[in-house]
Amino acid sequence: MKRVRRTSLPSSQRTLGSTLISPSKAEEKAEATAKWVPAFAGTTVKALAVAIALASSSFAAFAQDVLIRNATVHTAGAQGTLKNADVLVRNGVVQSVGSGIAAPAGATVVDANGRPLTPAFFGGITEIGVEEVSGEASTVDAAVTLTDQPMRPEFDVTLAYNPASVVIPVTRVEGIGFTLLAASTGGSFIAGQGGVVRLDGSADPVGPRALFVRLGAGASDLSGKSRAAQWMLLDQMVAEARGRVPVDSPHALLTPAGRATLARYLAGNGRIVVQVNRAADIRQLLRWAQRENVRIAIAGGAEAWKLAPQLAQAKVPVFVDALADLPADFDQIGATLENAARLDAAGVGVSFSQAGDASHNARKIRQLAGNAVANGLPWEDGLAGLTRVPAEAFGVGDRVGTIAPGKLADLVLWSGDPLDVANTAEQVWLGGRAIPMRSRQTELRDRYLQQAGPLPRAYSK
Amino acid sequence: MRMTLLAGLVLAASGSGAHAATPASRFTQDPYPSTYRAIGSGPVLLANATVLTGTGERLDGADVLLADGKVAAVGRGLSAPEGATRVDATGKWVTPGLIDVHSHLGVYPSPGVKAHSDGNEMTAPVTANVWAEHSIWAQDPGFHTALAGGVTSMQILPGSANLVGGRGVTLKNVPSTSYQGMKFPGAPWGLKMACGENPKRVYGGKAGPATRMGNVAGYRAAFIDASEYLKKNAPKPQQPKRKRWWERASGGEGTDSGGDAGGKRDLKLDTLAGAINGEILVHIHCYRADEMTTMLDLAKEFGFKVAAFHHGVEAYKLADRLAQENVCGALWADWWGFKMEAFDGIQENIALVDRPANSCAIVHSDSDEGIQRLNQEAAKVMANARRAGMGDIAPERAIRWVTSNAAKSLGIAERTGTLEAGKMADVVLWNQNPFSVYAKAEQVYIDGARIYDRNDRSRQPVSDFMLGQEVMP
Repeated sequence: MKRVRRTSLPSSQRTLGSTLISPSKAEEKAEATAKWVPAFAGTTVKALAVAIALASSSFAAFAQDVLIRNATVHTAGAQGTLKNADVLVRNGVVQSVGSGIAAPAGATVVDANGRPLTPAFFGGITEIGVEEVSGEASTVDAAVTLTDQPMRPEFDVTLAYNPASVVIPVTRVEGIGFTLLAASTGGSFIAGQGGVVRLDGSADPVGPRALFVRLGAGASDLSGKSRAAQWMLLDQMVAEARGRVPVDSPHALLTPAGRATLARYLAGNGRIVVQVNRAADIRQLLRWAQRENVRIAIAGGAEAWKLAPQLAQAKVPVFVDALADLPADFDQIGATLENAARLDAAGVGVSFSQAGDASHNARKIRQLAGNAVANGLPWEDGLAGLTRVPAEAFGVGDRVGTIAPGKLADLVLWSGDPLDVANTAEQVWLGGRAIPMRSRQTELRDRYLQQAGPLPRAYSK
Repeated sequence: MRMTLLAGLVLAASGSGAHAATPASRFTQDPYPSTYRAIGSGPVLLANATVLTGTGERLDGADVLLADGKVAAVGRGLSAPEGATRVDATGKWVTPGLIDVHSHLGVYPSPGVKAHSDGNEMTAPVTANVWAEHSIWAQDPGFHTALAGGVTSMQILPGSANLVGGRGVTLKNVPSTSYQGMKFPGAPWGLKMACGENPKRVYGGKAGPATRMGNVAGYRAAFIDASEYLKKNAPKPQQPKRKRWWERASGGEGTDSGGDAGGKRDLKLDTLAGAINGEILVHIHCYRADEMTTMLDLAKEFGFKVAAFHHGVEAYKLADRLAQENVCGALWADWWGFKMEAFDGIQENIALVDRPANSCAIVHSDSDEGIQRLNQEAAKVMANARRAGMGDIAPERAIRWVTSNAAKSLGIAERTGTLEAGKMADVVLWNQNPFSVYAKAEQVYIDGARIYDRNDRSRQPVSDFMLGQEVMP
């Protein structure tokens, strides 16, 4: 049986086999929400959404110039937080950040009334766009399981990415603009490659690929029932990729394509994201990464805090599950809510990832950051963990993750402190385009918000 | 019926469901009774707090007095009795202890090893004979992290693999070496049932059910047996007719092998008969609106009442009917999409279920992570309702989702779930408004005893399992 992948599904369902592991109120609300957009005063958000939808369908690449005024701008970059600041967006890119910026002719002006404006958030390490319904195998393309030659670093899950997935708008309207699309563990502890996707409907990943590896108990069934064999197998694959094993060796683990792929990571192109929790395994990993001179990131890292100085020295970012404080297994005995804070204090780059259904729950990542802050992580570092840190870790920091001139205008205006679940995203811009704040879930909501009329609800749309 | 703790203990010891006015029927006798005893404590005055009573009221600058394990008084300017501990709660909030109606702590504990996987008796689709309490590992560290999140009571349920999974048990969240030491005195048991995908997935490759229609046939067959059993066990006014040999127990699964009252007990039918009688409260794992309506009809067919639908990601589609029929919806704030029957989940589900008059919306967890943050889950619901134009849901209303409404669905609302004089002193002192990611339970009281204190390590329980894990030479 394949190792369960989703340890935080409803616990009652954990052991259920291997496939699932693992003019109405709406109008009133629309008016209320529209208040902060004087440019559209008197119209409703629904009408606005329609206008935006029309605009974006006819001019897919068209981005209107936008001036967002009077915001508390959390740049997540060098400028830190600016109160009463303006952000001017032209041609989909941030042109300037400051105060008293004049609106160019034809620009949409949005008065933020002091509310927080942030870069669009990172949605975590997910399978968004390669997994529609976790329990339905026909909708899931996240992992590869090949029996003959299971070690397939060349597997590239981004080729399955479906930008029309309903999970994307559901995630995007919550202020999430990009995610690290991951290859999940299937038939090998070397899961394959993924990459960063922006949730703006574009079809292709941005930035370099990342390679996903799982170590420890979670993969011991895939390495002959011992985690020690994970190093044995890795060393052999490295030897193959470095050309120390003849191509026609009967013992080869990798295909020629696999050798070429792994060789790229060994040459420092792209990051290897390692899902690992136990401190002892992380120690081995740090030695291995130093020896092989590869760039790694840690996902999970329940006990990473025990090696915080070493991780800081090796400049290894850690994507912590900031809600994990239980010894979920014997690799996580040292799990603590202070993991993020302790790593951060030692100088480790901290971002976030979820152990559960990370894709459908991607919007929950704010709650991880907020809880990390509630447990000692400085607020600015919590924000960086949702923006700059992941963008830089995966080679897209030149485009997303901060608000600065020249960066893509992937922005979110929030109702209040974005790290607090008590607040919500009010407007999302991706590449300067105001995104329709609609998803399949808001459509369902709006249908049932209204009292039933004479016709069945199937007629309300 | 108000009952003192002591009376509850006495009744529990004699094997009674305390919420029932009459002595327990044979279906609900308890050979594994509660041994819970409140930890002794002097009176405590939580002074000058924002108090959410759980009854829908908010009192600013108010005091809460705990004495003899009970809420003694709530109001402004209370005077502390002799020897009372005074806690300055200025700027802080006080609520009833939180209650999770759907937990698998202890039956799917941490660490999640095979040896601990005791939550689903996946050997037959109807296992009404099993009791979750017999699987509970009281050393689950998850009990203590839930306590740090303000949870003072919870229902531990069997999993959802089976059509009828077995009995759930309500616990007080106190550290103990046994589940009996945690068992909420006199609380009725729950009956766990499950709709939809899980039973058909688990049994589809075995003897069935393999379909939703098979599921329903399975429930009906079980309740037909239970109805017969109930009839046979009803007190008979006249001499029972002498049985002929061919009328004796027909044998086979699910039949009452005893026949008449006083005959051999059938554990499975005891539980189902107790559910029909109303002594055991029916909790149904059910996602889809159409399946919930089937279950409401099933309940009518066999004369039982549904206490709550659990998970119910489509409950918003029949919110009015749930309220009309007095059925609670125990729901997540935002989970969806992990399987097909969860595809229509929306973040306003709880707010929409809460909207009709006489509704009973509950935030539940089904998760050792979520149970630590029921307040944050409720905060998400409030935020999404606001964004959806449903207006501001006041904290004094939202707190009911995790206190009094939960207590109601568990049949313990007369004992806990609100801060009313005479109720169990199950209380949380929060560092701020609890509906925020930054809120922390500072102190948690159970029956008046300070059972958790964030600022006092001597009041932070540690599981036997965690002891010594960090010892280094």
